[in-house]
Amino acid sequence: MVDPVPRTELRAQFGGRAVHDVGGLDLGPIDFGEHDLALWEKRVDAMLILLIGPKKGAFKIDAMRRVIEDYGEQQYDATTYYEKWVRAIRNLLLEQGIVDDAELAAALADARAAFAAEGRAMAAGDVPDDRAGRRA
Amino acid sequence: MSGEPMARPPRFAIGAEVRIDTRAAIGHCRSPWYLRGHVGHVVGIQGCYRDPERLAYHRPGLPARVLYKVRFSQRDLWTDYQGDTGDQLEADIYEHWLTPATEQADA
Repeated sequence: MVDPVPRTELRAQFGGRAVHDVGGLDLGPIDFGEHDLALWEKRVDAMLILLIGPKKGAFKIDAMRRVIEDYGEQQYDATTYYEKWVRAIRNLLLEQGIVDDAELAAALADARAAFAAEGRAMAAGDVPDDRAGRRA
Repeated sequence: MSGEPMARPPRFAIGAEVRIDTRAAIGHCRSPWYLRGHVGHVVGIQGCYRDPERLAYHRPGLPARVLYKVRFSQRDLWTDYQGDTGDQLEADIYEHWLTPATEQADA
């Protein structure tokens, strides 16, 4: 388990604002368009509900917010809504010791092998390990 | 959302003029930057909840904090605001981010 330490990733050129705290800034037009959710996004949503529910109680939603807010500006801006979620869930499961690095690596290897066997492409390589203190 | 019992009476009453603290927060906090230093008034007492600034680090979140609904004038928040003079914004703010409006904001 990793004991998380409070820190703040500041948004460059905007005073003391944290990366996510952009209310009132002119960061370009907002896309108000509706779009269908992909199956993986719905699964991520379901996974979070189960993890924070009273039965599992893996972490509080506030911890989820904290992990997302701790992404650096570049990664915060480059990732979509559910990409932020799934990375935060991954980080928190490791942080809380519910899953360890070896288990995660094995599960990913199994998924890659299954995809390869079906001739399906797997999205990009490893997701960057952005847990506190580990980011390059 | 389930709250905690009020451990003591709320510091601010409905109608009280309050200023959002300007301190720099380290770590998770729920007081947005654009409200810091601004004055609004309390329009609701939402209950008492475990402190998200501590829950975010897997702590128990105690002491629980009183949560207020604070109303601001949009014209006060945005220097270039073009909307109606009566436009308002409401935000849920925890008690430890509020000071009486009569006190000077931190430098």
